[in-house]
Formats: sequence, structure tokens, C-alpha cells
Amino acid sequence: MTATGQDRPIVEFDDVHLAFAGVKAISGVSFHVGRRELFAVIGPNGAGKTSIFNVLSGVYRPGQGTVRFDGTDVLRLRPHAIAELGVARTFQNIELFANLTVIDNLMLGRHTHISYGVPAALAWFGRARRAELAARAAAEDIVDFLELEAWRTYPVGLLPYGVQKRVELGRALAMQPKLLLLDEPVAGMNLEETEDMARFVLDIRDELDIPIIMVEHDMGLVMDLADRVMAVDFGEAIATGTPSEVQSHPDVISAYLGQESMS
Amino acid sequence: MSTPASTTSQRRPQRLPGRPDMFTSYAENMRMLNTTPKRRSVAALVVVAVAVTFVVDDPTLQIFALGLAASIGAIGLNLVTGYCGQVSLGHAFFLAIGAYTAAALSGDPDGRTIGFGITNILIWLPAAGIVAGIAGILVAPLATRLRGLYLAIVTLGLVFLGEHIFNEWDELTGGPQVGREAAVPELFGFSFDENGDILTGDQKIYLLMLVLLVIFAVAARNLTRSKIGRAFHAIRDRDLAASIMGVQLAKYKTIAFAVSSFYAGCAGALLYIVTGFFDPTAFNLLLSVQYIAMILIGGVATISGSILGAMFITLLPPVTRELAQFLPLLTTDPSASINIFIVEGVLYGALIIGFLLFEPRGLFGIWLRIRNYWKAWPFTY
Repeated sequence: MTATGQDRPIVEFDDVHLAFAGVKAISGVSFHVGRRELFAVIGPNGAGKTSIFNVLSGVYRPGQGTVRFDGTDVLRLRPHAIAELGVARTFQNIELFANLTVIDNLMLGRHTHISYGVPAALAWFGRARRAELAARAAAEDIVDFLELEAWRTYPVGLLPYGVQKRVELGRALAMQPKLLLLDEPVAGMNLEETEDMARFVLDIRDELDIPIIMVEHDMGLVMDLADRVMAVDFGEAIATGTPSEVQSHPDVISAYLGQESMS
Repeated sequence: MSTPASTTSQRRPQRLPGRPDMFTSYAENMRMLNTTPKRRSVAALVVVAVAVTFVVDDPTLQIFALGLAASIGAIGLNLVTGYCGQVSLGHAFFLAIGAYTAAALSGDPDGRTIGFGITNILIWLPAAGIVAGIAGILVAPLATRLRGLYLAIVTLGLVFLGEHIFNEWDELTGGPQVGREAAVPELFGFSFDENGDILTGDQKIYLLMLVLLVIFAVAARNLTRSKIGRAFHAIRDRDLAASIMGVQLAKYKTIAFAVSSFYAGCAGALLYIVTGFFDPTAFNLLLSVQYIAMILIGGVATISGSILGAMFITLLPPVTRELAQFLPLLTTDPSASINIFIVEGVLYGALIIGFLLFEPRGLFGIWLRIRNYWKAWPFTY
């Protein structure tokens, strides 16, 4: 039973095991994400959520299991090759290029879409110039989309935290990804910033048609936005389903609130 | 996503005098000199630099020419260390490769040292850059394996390796304390180093260096604002994030080393035609440190800072030598305990420490502060 084309899930994550010198970060997690889906991963700290992201984007290599993106096995690929396939991500702790301006950070996101060599770059003529102007126009579209106009020319390091989070999202979007991985997009944000971010996330799924996998601790956000949720604890998937199913699952409740002692 | 119509470029866009930041196209905004003051000040600078040829006496012009050649080398080091964040102490090695490639190519075939008699600068200058660039590509795999201090130590090893090879290889280098004649600057029969009817040799060499520096500086500036320059920045700031954004770390570190060494090779080839003679002991660790000092004092990850720093470091020794006349304790006698050469060494150290502590952005940072002060004047911010 092999699904093809549009029916095939964008991500097939099957029975992945990842261990660091005996510490099991992921043990046997499996999930599939559809082409129009907003899939959320929840779980207590240290449950292995970010490790799942790092496997998906090629930073970690699991010892066992298969990971397919859009039908391609990505387990043996380096991070930049996975990026070229169309996987973009943001990070839990902001990983922007602090000395570059907002525009330059966004244009760096266009990296895989610009092709010219060193001689063309040295001369800044013809193809290189046209490619840069096109990249700039694409970056400005992101600026419009994420309402970053006021910050355009500032070095990112000088911007407030909430704006940096938004720029990071923009940088991932500039890659025109086929899949977006958001690692705690609203961590440390106030209510207003969280609501802004929620609006952007919905716009990305609905207007830009990009499937999203999101790791998030803000349960309100997850329950409101996600189509499906997977809860992980100690590297294992304990429940997968609609937000309400997962929320009421006894294993999830015990993972968050602890187990009653057997007395 | 659609491309807005505003990208269409106009040849002569309308500038509004009261709106310096008003741009009507991305082409206009992304120009290298995108404001009128920038264009005017660069034009003024070029005019002054050309005028210097006819105002300053020949010995001083020689020092300026050295500074211009050193600027090309400093830009090269800034590309790999300032922009790409790969600390290299091996710059002297690449300078040496360029210097010897050029000298050997253009040298006298019947002379004491290896020479092929190809004196056309259009051949030996690119050749010097390319040979040094290939050496850079060979060294680059180290940078993909090592980072930070470890890379610095390994590239330091290159200097010692090079020093040994060049000291021993007498047929090429003439041997320590003896040396050989530098490359012969000639272009289709036009000689740059011999006195002519209108210009003296020093004036011609100074102008040659000036033209070459402008070409190299513009090319470097283009590179740094391109896709490749952004990849360098990304690798320096966060290499993991860069690779997740699709930047191939090994490829771009190799490009950085190749271009940087190309610049160093060209600079090495040009540096010694000013004095006409050089010996292999010149390419020691101190030379590498001088180039590090140039980019730290001038301004890390800026092209104009590299030039400022190179001029500053090149002009420092002649100025300190003048000091000996005014300070009774200092002598120019190398055997004295407090001689001028020790003072120079101390000054490099003190300047590097001083700039790192008080103005990490270097001379370029000082310029930025002055500019921003006058931009906002009479307000304080």
C-alpha cells in the first residue's frame, strides 16, 4: 500500500530511535503529517520534542527508523540538503544572524533559490544583480506578510524579542518551504504577541498552503490551532489524535500532572 | 508569492533633496553608493588620492603605495576572518606564495634565481592570485574540521612551514638575508617602475596600486553584499542555523579561503615591486600579526576599514621612526636596549588591545560615530 502524489503524507516518521550514549532521547516514535495539516507536538520538558525536529532537519542522525519527506528518505542527508528539499524551521532559542539586518536575514532565507557563482558575485552584473533584486522583492513580500516594515534596516540583534521571533519565522518562510517546523513560536511572548503569532501561523497554513509541525507549550494555542496533536513523554509517543482527544487522554494527564501513587 | 512591480529599475531615478532615504526602486536602494553624499565623498576621496601623486614627494609616495598594496591583502584577510569568521594566522604564507609566483614568472631567465621572463602584469598578477588561491583551497578543509582557536593554531603552522620552505629554497628565493628581485611591473612595453617623461617611477607605481585597489575593493564589496557574502556572515554568526537554511558550510568556507588567498597572493605580488627587492625572512609570524592588526584596527567585516587599517599600520613605522628625533631615550640603533623597533612591536600590541577594549569596530567604528553625531546634530540622538 504505497500512497503517491498528493495523497502521500508530506512527512513519514517511522519508528525512530535516537540515543545519546545510553540516554534515550527518542524511542520508537512514529507519525505522519498530511499536506494541509497543522500538526502539533506537545510534552513536558525533556520529552524529546526538539530532538524530533533535529532529526527532521538533519542535525541528529537516529540509530534506527526511517524518515521520509515528500517521499524522499532524508536520514542520510546533511542539513543543507534537507533545506534544499524544502524543509524550513525556526528555533526554540532564536538563531538569527544578529549582525545582519532584517532584510539580509530574510534574503539569506532565499539562499537555496539564488544561483550564481563567485565571478558573477564579484562583478555584481547581469544575472547576479537580477537574482539579488528578485530576492529582495521576495524578502519584501515577507516583510509585508509579517508586518516587519518598521524594522527592515535594523540589525536583528537590536530588535525586541517578539520581533526577533517574527523575523525568524520570516526567514523560514523566505525559503518558500514545503514544510515548516516551528519550535516554540510563542515561548516567552505576552498575550498580544501570542495572538499575533497565532494569526500568522494560521495565515501561513491557509493562504500560503504550507503544512506545519509545531512544538509548543502554550496549550491554549495548540488546542485552538492544531488539526492533530501528538503528545510525547520520555521519548515515546503516548497519544496522537485531535486536540480534544489528546487533552483528555489519561496518559497525557499523568505525564503533565504526575501519577497518583499506588497506595 | 508574487513579485511587486516596484522592482523595475529606472536608469536615472528622481532624487528628492529633502528625502535622502527615499528610494523608488530596489535597484536604487541596493546600489553600492545609494545616496548622494556617499557618491560625492567617494568621488572626492578618489580625486584627493590621485592629487596626492603630484603633491607628495617620492619617498612618501612609496610608503603610500605600500599601504595601497597592503590594503588589498587586508581586504583578503577580512573576507575570511572578518566576514566568514575563520581566524587565519597564515596570511603571510599566502602573501609569500603570491610574491614568489609573480617574481619567478617575471624574473630574468638568466638571473641568479628562477625566472621565466614573462613581465606582463596582466599575466603574473592573476597567476600570483590563482596559485595562492589554490593553496587556499588546499588549506580550506582544515577550516571545515576545526574552528576558532584550533584553526588559528593550525594556520599558524602554515607560516612556519612556509618560512622553512622559502628559507631553504635558494633557487627560488635567493636565500635568507640575500633575497631576490621582485616582479617586474610592465604592461605591453609600458614600464611602471622606470622614470618616464611625465611621471617618475614611484608616481606610476602609486597610481597603478591605486587603480588596482579600487578594482579589488569594489569586487570585494560586491562579493560581500551578494548571496556569498550573506552566507559568510551566516557562517560566522551561527553556522548550525546557516546549514539549516541551506548554506553548504564546506563549500562557502572553501570559497572564503580561496578568494582571501587570491587577494593575498595579488597583494604579495604587488607589495615588493615598490622596493624592488625582498627576502624570505619577511614572511614570518609578525607579518601575519600585522595583517590581523590591520583588520582589527581598521574595522572587522568592512572593506573601507580594511583600507584604513592597512594605511594606518603601514604609516606607523615611518612615524615612530620620526619619534626618535624627539624622544631622547629612543634610538634607531637595533642593538640598543630601547630601540625604535621594540617600540613599534609594543605599539602594535597596545593598539590591538586598545581597539578591542574601547572600539571593537575599529577606525571604521570611529568614523561611524562621527558621522552619526553630525547626522543628528544639534540633537544628541
